[in-house]
Amino acid sequence: MVQKDERVTIPDEWFKPKEKDSDIAESVVRPSLSYWKDAWHRLRKNKLAISGLVFLIVLTLFAIFGPVFSPHSVTGTDYPNQNKAPSAEHWFGTDEAGRDVFTRTWYGARISLFVGVMAALIDFFIGIIYGGISGYKGGRTDTLMMRIIEILYGLPHLLVVILLMVVMGASLTTIIIALTITGWVGMARIVRGQVLQIKNYEFVTASKSFGAKTPRIIRKNLLPNTMGPIIVQMTLTVPSAIFAEAFLSFLGLGIQVPFASWGVMANDALPVILSGYWWRLFFPAFFISMTMFAFNVLGDGMQDALDPKLRG
Amino acid sequence: MAVYIVKRFFMMIATILIIATLTFFLMHSIPGSPFDEERTTNPTIQANLEKFYKLDQPVAVQYVYYLKSIVTFDFGPSIKKPNETVNSLLARGFPISFELGMITILVAVISGIILGTFAALRHNGFIDYMAMTFAVVGISVPNFVLATLLIQQVAVTWQLLPPATWSSPLHMILPTLALATGPTAIIARLTRASMLEVLTQDYMKMARAKGLTPFRVVVRHALRNALMPVVTIMGTMLAGILTGTFVIEKIFAIPGMGKYFVESINNRDYPVIMGSTVFYSAFLVFMLFLVDIVYGFLDPRIKLHRKDGDV
Repeated sequence: MVQKDERVTIPDEWFKPKEKDSDIAESVVRPSLSYWKDAWHRLRKNKLAISGLVFLIVLTLFAIFGPVFSPHSVTGTDYPNQNKAPSAEHWFGTDEAGRDVFTRTWYGARISLFVGVMAALIDFFIGIIYGGISGYKGGRTDTLMMRIIEILYGLPHLLVVILLMVVMGASLTTIIIALTITGWVGMARIVRGQVLQIKNYEFVTASKSFGAKTPRIIRKNLLPNTMGPIIVQMTLTVPSAIFAEAFLSFLGLGIQVPFASWGVMANDALPVILSGYWWRLFFPAFFISMTMFAFNVLGDGMQDALDPKLRG
Repeated sequence: MAVYIVKRFFMMIATILIIATLTFFLMHSIPGSPFDEERTTNPTIQANLEKFYKLDQPVAVQYVYYLKSIVTFDFGPSIKKPNETVNSLLARGFPISFELGMITILVAVISGIILGTFAALRHNGFIDYMAMTFAVVGISVPNFVLATLLIQQVAVTWQLLPPATWSSPLHMILPTLALATGPTAIIARLTRASMLEVLTQDYMKMARAKGLTPFRVVVRHALRNALMPVVTIMGTMLAGILTGTFVIEKIFAIPGMGKYFVESINNRDYPVIMGSTVFYSAFLVFMLFLVDIVYGFLDPRIKLHRKDGDV
């Protein structure tokens, strides 16, 4: 009984209303989950996309450090050792001039990743500016700019790229220029669509009513909110640029021998494929396919992760 | 609808004109004449050659001649192959490339739609996972890699099919397979995505409630609506397939237009490059135009709109 009484007796001072502390009252206790953190959480659950990401990170490391640590040089010929099968000395074998396929594969990774990432980045900048202006200005400007895009969209891209390569001559720079001349159109369309949609949202109106100037609205309101689809588009641009580079090299329009790219290596391996030198085709073919696979699953995963409709 | 077609038609002409102009000025921006070779040609012969190819005229005049040649469909003689014209090369090569392209797109559309439909009907089931795995792999493996792998495994190691040329239906299997896998994968993914969306619509419940057979429900009600996105990408896909024939023809030694095109690139045979680029672009842009019109006829919303206008 005594115990019970003790429990029931609550001192009066406990019932005093807590003093208002304006600092704490408005604070959010749990860490806020930003759009990006939330997207990362969802991406992390997608095992396929994460393994794609891991593969790409490892590939990048090998592309940077592989040729440096290899005892063989990319272009160094060694004719007595031509077309040797993979061994302890040459992990991936050698080609018809005795060049080390292991070193050349990582050098090819450099070329492919560089072309892919550069093409995506340049597309991104041109697309953001063109699509941003078109979507934000609206009206006549938009109609005119979209007419131009519609016509450019109808051009067969790979043919234009081939044409440009023939005219400008084959080199790494010209590949990137040729790819971006045709590639920015898709990005511009996406940016425009996003801007058109978002510029009418209430928070933009609110921002305007506070007196925000156009550059600030573009920088602070529009760009961050259009980033999701843009990043997905960039991730998917990379594999198509890598494919285009390999395709051009395969046609003899890309990087020139003795320098290596995956397309060049596959092209060189073609005449000897019947001689059983499988490693010469296998390694470039395997890595080109794996890289495109990794970028594709990562892009798909990001598409799902960044979709605001799926936000839980 | 008529306004739409006319508008599309002028867009098509504009696109062809742009690519023709682009091709012309790009080709003329290359320094040097095609007749600059190591050995010095007799000046009279040089002058005659330049006269024959109208290279002695000002660029503007050449441009007019060039536009005329496009309209009259006469792309002139090849520079590196004296007895050939661009037209004769196109006449010999293009039918074969066209055949390869058409068989490929047929295979890709049929198998892609079937694969995508079954994947959607068995959503998250075994067939779905298998189909989608195939789709991601199919998109990731470049067609020239697949072609060489097929030659090595199927033709050389297993000796099942002939490794090259284009002489019998058996010879056509490997090139078609190599070229069709990527587009099949894209169509399968697209069909699956739009089928999944369509299957949740109320009119699907309605169709089933009416007691229609599952086959009829899927084919008449779901597929008809789900295939609209597939129709829209047909134009760009055809462009990819036709440029893809270039490498496939090179690998399988198929005597199509791709072979001549790659040859002309390596020989710097400018009239052939110009002629075939313009011809291919015009063909593709025309295909895009056809696809747009077909889409206009298929899309129920556009039809509905026209009916409203008529009444």
